[in-house]
Amino acid sequence: MNAIEFIGVTKRFGGKTVLDGLTFSVAKGEIFVIVGPSGTGKSVALKHIVGLIEPDAGEVKTASPRIGYLFQSGALLAWMTIADNVALPLRETTRMKEDEIGAKVSDALAAVGLSDAADKYPSEISGGMQKRAGLARAIVRETDIVLYDEPTSGLDPVTSLSITNLIAEVNAKRGITSVVVTHDLASALKIASRIMLLKDGKAVVCETPAGFVASKNPYAAEYVAASKGEKA
Amino acid sequence: MTLAPKFVVSIGGAVILLAKAVLYFPHVVVNRDARRDLFRQLYATGIRTLPVVTVVSLFMGMILALQVGLELARFNQETYLGAAVMLTLLREMAAFCCGICLAACVGSAIAAELGTMKVNDEIDALVIMGIPPARFLVAPRILALVAMAPVVAFYSAMLGTIGGGVVGATQLNVDFSQYMSSALWMATDKDLYVGLLKSCVFGLLIGTISASEGLGTSLGATGVGKSTQRAVIVSFLAILISGYIVTRLFY
Repeated sequence: MNAIEFIGVTKRFGGKTVLDGLTFSVAKGEIFVIVGPSGTGKSVALKHIVGLIEPDAGEVKTASPRIGYLFQSGALLAWMTIADNVALPLRETTRMKEDEIGAKVSDALAAVGLSDAADKYPSEISGGMQKRAGLARAIVRETDIVLYDEPTSGLDPVTSLSITNLIAEVNAKRGITSVVVTHDLASALKIASRIMLLKDGKAVVCETPAGFVASKNPYAAEYVAASKGEKA
Repeated sequence: MTLAPKFVVSIGGAVILLAKAVLYFPHVVVNRDARRDLFRQLYATGIRTLPVVTVVSLFMGMILALQVGLELARFNQETYLGAAVMLTLLREMAAFCCGICLAACVGSAIAAELGTMKVNDEIDALVIMGIPPARFLVAPRILALVAMAPVVAFYSAMLGTIGGGVVGATQLNVDFSQYMSSALWMATDKDLYVGLLKSCVFGLLIGTISASEGLGTSLGATGVGKSTQRAVIVSFLAILISGYIVTRLFY
């Protein structure tokens, strides 16, 4: 079975159709990247996977209920230290002892390179570090699937690259399935197993990075050219 | 959706949220981490509102004593000043004024905090992690308000009575000890209990309304402002209406 399956998913908000019969699947272990202009339903698709949004029509299937989610803002709780934020899902949803939780938190923070920031508060660290902390919290429960909503938005190129590399590293080391929503095509081409281009809630192209760049689809060609700052 | 169904949906949502939160009250008391959060909320609800409540209560008692005392003086009945002030405060005004102070200070903070968490995706993050916001965020806040509102109201009633006594002694020629004995002679246990019950009801309503408005926030910073404003206004109305209902039930 695939890790994630979208079967004819349609979602409307008010009179606007955001997802229009969207069908795709993500294989286990893949890094599946969804790109497309703003407002085409990328984040809405992601929220369907975790059940934050229910489809009006169609079906979303996931192979595992253990899903982590990295929000664009990191979504860390301001009154807790980074270590407490990462420990939160373990403290609140398991009966683990504090020393076990401590070990898992240290492991997750080390995996994202934040061991030194464990005792800091979210307001005391940079945006890139907040995203790393959010990723540590997403993987601390040994999740099978991690969803990334704009993981590199608002970051400088160096930090963007480090987050992109981190996604690939976490995916490979932990054998998880990743779905990444991004505007950053350069990052997508670097790490993706497949890239899906959304337009008006429909998948225009779903290809490997090489296939995506070479796509004859006019909209995909225009998107690739625009991402390079060229005219198609 | 028209205004009336929206209002009904909003009340329905608040009632469901309250029911969920009440189910989690035992968890808040038993669980160590939740208990720590409860103490933080108790501090925010009780201690942080004390300066405002102190000023409001003192002046409320002083105004009451002045108004009532001047009228009683017309009939040479100043000896009943203590009873009049104490009864008014215990039965009604202490709970009412504390309710208003708590709605303005604590309810607005709850709505703004939860609203900001909502627009920053922190509420969604909790849901995805399998942590119900009703348990993690709402239950400790409502419980803290229900627990602290009567404490603050009692403090307010005592302080208001003292304020009234000072005005009586300095401006109405009513001896302070006479004022206090009149106050204690007339007040009954029922007056105290009904006043405290009323403040518990106010705490429950303020917590539920503010949390519900906060969690229902959308549209970014503007939405947070609107939720906070709605939380305070609806809380004020709920305090007035429920205050009348509780009074009618017991008197």
